[in-house]
Amino acid sequence: MATVVAVIASTHHPFFYKASTATGADRPPFADEWVSKITAFRETLTRANPDVLVMVGSDHFHQLWLDNMPQFLVGKAPFYDANWYNEEREFGMPKMLLKGHEELSAHILREGIDRNFDLAFSNELRIDHSITCPIITLRPEADLPIVPIYTNIFAPPMPRPKRFVDLGEAIREIVESWPSHLRVAIIGTGHLSLELGGPRQFGPHGPDPEFDLRAVDWIANGDIESCLAEVTLDSLHAPGNATHGFMDFMLMMGVAGAGAKADHVDSLDLFHTREAYFTWYPNGVNA
Amino acid sequence: MSKYLLDKFLYLIDRDPELVERYREDPQGTVTWWEAERANAVLNCHSGEASTWLRFTDEERTALATHDHVKLFELGAHPFLTLTLFIAMFERDHAEPLAYQLAFAARLQHFEMPYPDIAT
Repeated sequence: MATVVAVIASTHHPFFYKASTATGADRPPFADEWVSKITAFRETLTRANPDVLVMVGSDHFHQLWLDNMPQFLVGKAPFYDANWYNEEREFGMPKMLLKGHEELSAHILREGIDRNFDLAFSNELRIDHSITCPIITLRPEADLPIVPIYTNIFAPPMPRPKRFVDLGEAIREIVESWPSHLRVAIIGTGHLSLELGGPRQFGPHGPDPEFDLRAVDWIANGDIESCLAEVTLDSLHAPGNATHGFMDFMLMMGVAGAGAKADHVDSLDLFHTREAYFTWYPNGVNA
Repeated sequence: MSKYLLDKFLYLIDRDPELVERYREDPQGTVTWWEAERANAVLNCHSGEASTWLRFTDEERTALATHDHVKLFELGAHPFLTLTLFIAMFERDHAEPLAYQLAFAARLQHFEMPYPDIAT
């Protein structure tokens, strides 16, 4: 069976690409520290030596729209073009082309549906920065095949937080039941507290630094119970109007497993939002 | 209330570079044209298919035609869509990094929790 060699949860910050490649007067003062932390984070994936990446993210109203909105969608395509005109325009994101892994996509779809997750699928999916940001930070060679999984953290009505945790647990089991010799890393990105288009946006820190510290603690310690006791669809409005992206972190806590302490934990307080990076080695660092 | 149609306008203008410029320069004319010619297009279908019932309320039409992002927030337009499009149109008019985003936030300071409902 396939081996889950790493589980990785991260924020996805579309400004990293531009900040990390800027030089001279254009380079922001926080860029060097940010690059240093990302370099250490990248090493946690590199040392796991994966063959294929399952990538959990959320489309930002690019291909998925309100006339036809899936809650959870799995890409099943041989290739994925990536990044959109408005991401190039606003963030300077590069156009990319990633390989798919259709066999693993098919396995996740079949097993997921049989476990009562009515997963939508797409045979032609152009992915956005929720998935390309971690490619850029963790695997800039962009050389490994991926299986993209999109969640709806953007357009109400959304699934409740527990559903995200449950799907994460299912994804872990499904990947581990895949009859393959390949080494799989499961990577997902979300947000801590975040405000977009509201009065608290682009402040000197994230909109709710106290929430962010509690959230980092829940994730680092695999404390799903405390997290679920506090976090609801309604409660997530309070830390910031885009904080429902935290549910993708909750999904990744489900992948890592209840009580699983992360092997790598790092964080960076930036303007607008706190960055956070977590890696687990479910089968040991030398699996 | 036609929050869906507000969102559809913001979404479809934002993804077309020519329409972003047209809406920046002529908001009234762009909204009038769009509501007449584009509002009822069923996306992801061939061009012959259209809905028959989508139209803005007067309040929504005025908010779009006057670039009133504060009113759009109040009406429950999706804040991500509004922000993204308005950055594309107006960030260029500000010399300092993030100056537009911070001014945008400042104009919304009178809103308290809970914010207007964005559910469509």
